[in-house]
Amino acid sequence: MIDDFGFIGFSINNFGLLLDKTMEHLAISSTALLIAILIGMPIGLWLGHIHKGEFIAVSVSNLGRALPSLALIAILIGVVGIGFTNVVIALIVLAAPPILTTTFLGVNGVDRSLTQAARGMGLRGWQTLLRVEIPLALPSIFTGLRTSAVLVVSSATLAAIAGGGGLGDIILNQVAYGMSGVIAGALWVAILALATDGLFILLHRLVTPASIRSRTKRDPAAPARDVAGAKDVSGERVTTVGGAPAAK
Amino acid sequence: MNIIIQAEPVIPDYGQAGECVVNNGAFCADWFVQQWPTIFWPALLEHIGLTLIAIVIGFILAFSAALVAHRYSVVAAPLNGLTTVLYTIPPLALFLLLVPFTGLTVLTAEIALVAYTLLILFSNTLTGLNGIPADVRRAAVGMGLTRYQILKRIELPMAVPAIIGGLRIASVLTVSTATIAAFIVDAGLGSPILKAIQSPFNTQFVAAGALAVLLAFAVDGLLVLLGKGLAPWASRRRIA
Repeated sequence: MIDDFGFIGFSINNFGLLLDKTMEHLAISSTALLIAILIGMPIGLWLGHIHKGEFIAVSVSNLGRALPSLALIAILIGVVGIGFTNVVIALIVLAAPPILTTTFLGVNGVDRSLTQAARGMGLRGWQTLLRVEIPLALPSIFTGLRTSAVLVVSSATLAAIAGGGGLGDIILNQVAYGMSGVIAGALWVAILALATDGLFILLHRLVTPASIRSRTKRDPAAPARDVAGAKDVSGERVTTVGGAPAAK
Repeated sequence: MNIIIQAEPVIPDYGQAGECVVNNGAFCADWFVQQWPTIFWPALLEHIGLTLIAIVIGFILAFSAALVAHRYSVVAAPLNGLTTVLYTIPPLALFLLLVPFTGLTVLTAEIALVAYTLLILFSNTLTGLNGIPADVRRAAVGMGLTRYQILKRIELPMAVPAIIGGLRIASVLTVSTATIAAFIVDAGLGSPILKAIQSPFNTQFVAAGALAVLLAFAVDGLLVLLGKGLAPWASRRRIA
C-alpha cells in the first residue's frame, strides 16, 4: 500500500517544521523528566537509605505501569484543562515511579557490610549516602532514568490530543499534513525514542564502575539474575521496572 | 483513510439529561450506568479481546524464541536487541507506521501490540531458563538426563515464576497500550476516551480510563493466582 515514499519528500520540505516540533517535544519531555527526577529520586534515596518501604517503592511502579497514558491525559483534561501543564503533569505521573523504584532498589541493595564499614569509619548517615550508597547505586538509578526518559518521549506523542504540542501534532493531524506527514512524524518520533534510549545506555555505561561493568558484560541476555541476586547492576530496563520479573 | 476519529456528539440528549451531564461533571454515575450496555461493556469486551490475542501470540513467539536462544546462546543478544528496539518505538508511532502496510485494521493494532510484549516475555523466559543453579544442572546430568529431559523436568518448571512475572508485566502494558490502538481502529476502551476528548465530555473518558486501569489490575491479579497455582514454591521465597 505504500505507493510512494512521500514521507521522505515531506521530511525534506518540512524540515524546519519537524525540527520545531522536535524541539517542542524535547521541551515537554525534559521538563517532565526533570520534575519527575526531583520528586522520585529523593524519596527513593531516602527510603533506600533507611531500608524501609520496599513494598511501596516497588508497587508504585507497578501501579504506574497500569495507568494508560491516554486515560491519564484524558482524566487530566477534566481536572487541569488542556495545554502544556496538563501534559507535563501526566508525564510526571508516568515517569516518577520507575525513577523512585530503581533508586530505591539501587540504594537499598548496597551491601550492608559496606555501609557498616562507612559508619565504622565515622561517616554520618548522609555522608554514607553521598559517598557510598549513591555511587554504588548509580547504575540502577540510570536504568530507571532510561526507562522513564523513553517512556516520557514516547508518551509525549499523545500530548497533541491535549494541546501540548510536540511531534504528536504532526502525527495526529492527517488532515493538514497528509499521510506522508503522518508517516514522517511517526518515523521521527521513533528515531527520537531510540536516540533517547541510546543516550541513556551510554550514560549508564559511563556511570557504571569498571569492576561491575566487566561482571555484567558476561551475559547480556540474562540480566534479571543480577537484579534478583546482586540487586541490579545490569543495563536491562525490563528487569528493574518494579523489580517484578524476577520476583515470582 | 482518515486516522483521526470523527468527532461524534457524545453528550446524548440535553433535553432529558440529568443536571450532572448538562454541567459536565467529573463523573456522572447515572449516565455511566445508563450507557454501560451500549458504550462501556462492548468496549471492555473488545479491549479484553485485543489484549488476549496480543498476549497469546506474543507469548508463543517469545517463548519459542527464548527456547531457541536458550539452546543456541549466540542468537540471544541479537534477539534481545531486536525486541528492545521494537519496545522502544512509541506505540502511536508504531501503530501509524504499520498503517501503510496493513491499513486501519485490527490486524495492524495486533501486530503492534504483539511487538510490545516480545521484549519482556522473551527476556523473562530466557532469564528463567538460564537461571538454573549450576549444581542442580550437574546433578541432572549426573542422573543421566538428556538435554530435552533437563529442559522439560527441571528448567521449564523452575522458569515458571519468571515466565509468570513476564506475563504480568506484559499484560498490564498491553492493556495500557491497547487504549492507544483506538487511534487506528474503533475498538477497545481507548475509543470512548478519544471520542469524548473531542467534546470534551468528562464522564465518558474518566469512566473508560478507570475501566482500563481496573482491567489491568484484574489481569495482574489473575496472573498472580495462576503463578501461585503453577509454582506454589515460588511465593514462599521472596526475591528482590
